[in-house]
Amino acid sequence: MTTLSHSLPAAHDSAPVELLRRRLPWGLLALLAVAFGLVPWLGNDYWLNAILIPFLVLSLAGLGLNLLTGYTGQTSVGAAGFMAVGAFATYGLLLRVPGLPLPLALVGGGLIAAGVGFLFGIPSNRIKGFYLMVTTLAAQFFLEWVFTKFPWFYNYASSGTISAPRLELLGHDLHSPLGRYLLVLGSVVLLTWVAVNLVRSQIGRNWMAIRDMDTAAAVIGIPVDRYKRLAFAVSSFYLGVAGALWAFAYLGTASAGSFDINRSFQILFIIIIGGMGSIAGNFVGAAFISLLPLLLNQAGQWLLGGNVDAGQLQNLQKIIFGVLIIWFLVKEPEGLIRLLSNLRERLAIWPLRF
Amino acid sequence: MTFFLETLLGGLLAGTMYSLVAIGFVLIYKASGVFNFAQGAMLLFAALTFVSLQEQGLPFALALLLTVVVMAIGAIVIERTVLRPLVNRSQITLFMATLGLSFVIEGLAQGLMGAQVRALDLGIDDVPVFLGEVMVSQFDLVAAATAALLVAVLALLFNSTRIGVSLRAVADDTRAALSIGINLNRIWQIVWAVAGIVGLVAGLLWGARQGVQFSLSLVVLKALPVLIIGGFTSIGGAIVGGLIVGAAENLAEVYIGAHIGGGITPWFAYVLALVFLYIRPAGLFGERAIERV
Repeated sequence: MTTLSHSLPAAHDSAPVELLRRRLPWGLLALLAVAFGLVPWLGNDYWLNAILIPFLVLSLAGLGLNLLTGYTGQTSVGAAGFMAVGAFATYGLLLRVPGLPLPLALVGGGLIAAGVGFLFGIPSNRIKGFYLMVTTLAAQFFLEWVFTKFPWFYNYASSGTISAPRLELLGHDLHSPLGRYLLVLGSVVLLTWVAVNLVRSQIGRNWMAIRDMDTAAAVIGIPVDRYKRLAFAVSSFYLGVAGALWAFAYLGTASAGSFDINRSFQILFIIIIGGMGSIAGNFVGAAFISLLPLLLNQAGQWLLGGNVDAGQLQNLQKIIFGVLIIWFLVKEPEGLIRLLSNLRERLAIWPLRF
Repeated sequence: MTFFLETLLGGLLAGTMYSLVAIGFVLIYKASGVFNFAQGAMLLFAALTFVSLQEQGLPFALALLLTVVVMAIGAIVIERTVLRPLVNRSQITLFMATLGLSFVIEGLAQGLMGAQVRALDLGIDDVPVFLGEVMVSQFDLVAAATAALLVAVLALLFNSTRIGVSLRAVADDTRAALSIGINLNRIWQIVWAVAGIVGLVAGLLWGARQGVQFSLSLVVLKALPVLIIGGFTSIGGAIVGGLIVGAAENLAEVYIGAHIGGGITPWFAYVLALVFLYIRPAGLFGERAIERV
């Protein structure tokens, strides 16, 4: 015993090897400065309402799904179901708990969504791959039905819709577009920061081991079932908060129909196009998904001068959208974020190439 | 008791309609490992093409033949533009490509042939028929018979033709099939064409039932639980799964739905599938994958 410790004298003295050199992320800081400082000053209501708020909320939802699908490898097509849980739970908390501050209601809604996600994640210990994916549709349809069928969830409103009873933070009213934008931006930045650290932690590494091969992960001693369920819960927490923000900060008034299966697919597309297993990819993907329809609309009106009817334009949009998805999958399976990083590497050595 | 039998029988017959959709999935999954979400869109496209041709005044048989040709051409185009560039990619990538494909096909179908609801008359009366004391729909009986006929034809195709043997070889072991000189691309084209034709049959029956319109492509969501109960790789499983889902759905709507507010059909099949899967994770007849580290 003693000989061993004597034979390795330097092991404790030497400084730990610097594996990851951390630099200040100037680009990110600049982006945050623009988002918090410049945008509120310059942005008009249309930009905030129609572009920035949905973009940020969809990014957050993409982030939630990416934790489950991109990092843990459990494909889910029930994302919107968990968003609905978050929205309806936050609504219920704001309505039935007097004096509950908005951030706590959001977190509470997220936690309730996490609980539901945990429940629907239980089968993942036995069911895998496409079979599991189809079972997540059970969550989608079941939750949609629950929030339509039981009036308690929408406080017996005859329209079946919910809208935020109060939207204020520390006495500030957040009903203006700017207020809602800052609420969304704050939540997204905070939750993204948590996610970045989460995927770098032991938890995140276990998730990635499970994604790469769950049998191998079990062999090296990772409690696979528990971490899969944890991924479902954490992912649903993010989706729940995103759902609440989608309902109250973007739509204003929402119903179970706002969280139908098309929303689930939309969020799935965000992470495919943006990049699976990438945090920044969600933002790129969400920007693409939320801007593309606007661009196609503009281009259609500009090119055809309003001569074509709306139905045909919609069909054309659908075709272009589908072709783009296939094209992305063929050209760059790792998503737009990979395309961007390739571009950056190229520019860094421009005009020379290796 | 008669009422129970009627509900059960009606469910079983409705289930064969689900099976018809699920068979298209199984064919493609077996031969190319692709979970083809676009099957619903293909079904819509086939039915719309047929109706449009019939509206041009073509006789039934000619319209059917032309639609089959269109579906075959479609299969070749899909193989060239989607499957071939994505060969050897992960299954999830291929699945997502078929999601994109479903957008393209739906957009094309509605863009070219219009979005309004079309009536489709196959000349089958939807009148009640009495089997003893139990009342069933004649249409359902015809649909079930069609499904049975289709399965018989497919079984014949798979077991006693050269193409069928190659198909089974590819499904069994793609690499080994390639190494003995089977043309994989050709096989994929054939399988997608056959799946398109199965989609046509399903589309005609569903279309005659509820009109040819966009919601036809949502039939795919009905077929998914059927598929996972039966297992992705078994045509027999698709049939049995369809029967189970159809019967259980009908019985549940009547006997359970009445107590919890009704309208439970959208999710009941999925929850049922979840329970089945929890007991048998690869479906009733699916192949259990052996995992090696």
